[in-house]
Amino acid sequence: MHIVVCIKQVPDSAQIRVHPVTNTIMRQGVPTIINPYDLFALEEALRLKDKFGATVTVLTMGPPTAADSLRKTLTFGADRAVLLTDRYFAGSDTLATSYALSMALGKIAEEFGKPEIIFTGKQTIDGDTAQVGPGIAKRLGYNQLTYIARISEVDLDAATIRVERRAEGGVQDLVSSFPVLITMLEASNEMRRGTIENALGAARAEVVTWNAEAVGIEDLTKCGLRGSPTIVKKVFAPTARAEKAEIVEAEGGVDAKAAALVEAIFAKAPGIEGDLLELAGEHYV
Amino acid sequence: MGQFDKPFDAIVVGAGPSGNAAAYVMAREGLNVLQIERGEYSGSKNVQGAILYSDALEKIIPDFREEAPLERHVIEQRMWMMDDASHSGMHYRSNDFNEEKPNRYTILRAQFDKWFSSKVKEAGALVLYETTVTELVKDLSGKVIGVRTDRQGAPIMANVVILAEGVNGLVGQRSGLRPEVGADTVALAVKEMHFLPRETIEARFNLKGNEGVVIEAMGTITKGMTGTGFLYTNEESISVGIGCIVSDFATSGVTPNELLEAFKAHPSIKPLLEGSEVKEYAAHLIPEGGYKAIPQLTGAGWVVVGDAGQFVNAVHREGSNLAMTTGRVAAETVIALTRKREEMSAANLADYEKRLGETFVMKDLKKYKGIPELLHRKKGAFFGAYPQLVSQAMQTWFRVDGVDKVSKEKAIYSNFRKTRTLRGMMGDAFRLVMAWR
Repeated sequence: MHIVVCIKQVPDSAQIRVHPVTNTIMRQGVPTIINPYDLFALEEALRLKDKFGATVTVLTMGPPTAADSLRKTLTFGADRAVLLTDRYFAGSDTLATSYALSMALGKIAEEFGKPEIIFTGKQTIDGDTAQVGPGIAKRLGYNQLTYIARISEVDLDAATIRVERRAEGGVQDLVSSFPVLITMLEASNEMRRGTIENALGAARAEVVTWNAEAVGIEDLTKCGLRGSPTIVKKVFAPTARAEKAEIVEAEGGVDAKAAALVEAIFAKAPGIEGDLLELAGEHYV
Repeated sequence: MGQFDKPFDAIVVGAGPSGNAAAYVMAREGLNVLQIERGEYSGSKNVQGAILYSDALEKIIPDFREEAPLERHVIEQRMWMMDDASHSGMHYRSNDFNEEKPNRYTILRAQFDKWFSSKVKEAGALVLYETTVTELVKDLSGKVIGVRTDRQGAPIMANVVILAEGVNGLVGQRSGLRPEVGADTVALAVKEMHFLPRETIEARFNLKGNEGVVIEAMGTITKGMTGTGFLYTNEESISVGIGCIVSDFATSGVTPNELLEAFKAHPSIKPLLEGSEVKEYAAHLIPEGGYKAIPQLTGAGWVVVGDAGQFVNAVHREGSNLAMTTGRVAAETVIALTRKREEMSAANLADYEKRLGETFVMKDLKKYKGIPELLHRKKGAFFGAYPQLVSQAMQTWFRVDGVDKVSKEKAIYSNFRKTRTLRGMMGDAFRLVMAWR
């Protein structure tokens, strides 16, 4: 089985700052990290590798410095890292990004075998669109399973995968055939610490580096700013919430405290009381 | 992984200035080197004022100025003796320091170390980050033959292990090669980075272009403890910090944070920082025990370099240059033995100490071997009474108030006598001169 994990190198949001005057994001000197959601995708791929002996290839599109993040995925135990980098890709929106990545995935299929599963994180922490994964699936004609909380079962003979998908109002139990693109939810697993052999292998490994031409992109107008219909009109920092958390204090035992808390909530949002009473009426007649 | 079984020529524990120097020099000469760093990248755990002394790095990477991230070259040194309201200073500023190859630079360690580490990799060393060496592996004779890390897997073997692990020397300690670092031989320093536009820094410190200023300060700022304060100008920021011997903090109960806040609020320092924005703060231990605190430096299969060997000249505020030099000399020792196909035995590696004895590192530390102890024992006088006396004398002397000069001289003299007996003062002076010689 061949699994590809798509990752993105993003600015560490814990250390990012918004320029007080221009309101733009100051990216200079901000350390980069692997998009945290992508780590859940990578760990899930590594678990499948442990179980079925799959090969895990990690792919990213970004500047040459993104090789650092790729190398890090090798220390966790990925087998191969591919960097798609070209100045023509600068300024790509999700449409252009999913195009370039799908071309790179085509090349990966050619060179290293067609992946049965492609993983991505559910979204990135810098763009927050959650569009690139589905975009790739559509372009490659893969089934897509988004917001996956758990992989319940893989049947290699039947070439199917069964997953739990978090949806509004509940959890869906889904089965899909290969090939499939899965976007993983946060907290679905915990990233392992690679062995010393993984770390040594990562330090020695060569990152496979391709440019637009290498992955067969001929029409450069589909790439970068030119290939991106999205226009950023304005970047701004949201105003801080004026309402602060409130501590409700009450004398007496747990019951009294709970009653005081409920009363305080109802006082703040009178609608809730009616809704709850109605619901209670349905269930406890 | 076939190569896994073949021992490395050398493993370097740590990627600070001493470890990077050692790994770089060995890798450049073709040795098979593995460097292991616990931080996310070289420089992520490293803290320093920070001043880079060109000479030590020039001996390793002669054209470092062309690519290393440097802030400002130092053209002015201010030495301040401070009491609560004033400072008496000696300033030395010279246009000679505006030379083609400047002698000292201010640097930001996170950036500089990253660069140095990239050179180590370019030279051909294998570098592992986010990996902590937990202990040394020894053979039956007690010779060190490799390291174990906090990652799962077999130990990694090497002909020699260079311990560039920093001030605490935990690996060496855990492996029984050295005692715990004493609280009276290390200083705890805290610092902040204050950002200011470069034009403001240049106007405030009377600088042009990339010129920089260094201020080293002592006196009542350390509240009677053995220690010093500093302020360095970077390109677009100011590093300001203060540090004291750890055991002094323990006895006085003063917190490092209080000390730094008071230092920053001092009337001589405050205007220099005005309008700045604090973006970083850091703390670090500095080995300040000097020559007498140096642990055993070599043994069968192991060598100690940098802070782990207590290689800091506290009197001259030099450390990173001693670190780089000890790293380089250790590397040269290992290279020579490897080329001659000689054992990394205790007897052969002792050559490192002999080589070190011929450098400024050992000569300087030996020269000042009595100073750390003297300053610590007499801290009340050197960090309290004398700075105050000097300040009072200056004030008496410079204030024009109708009192005649002879009376002023008498007042100054009697003030000194009241605080310290003549014998006490002469004794301190004598001891200081003897320790300095």
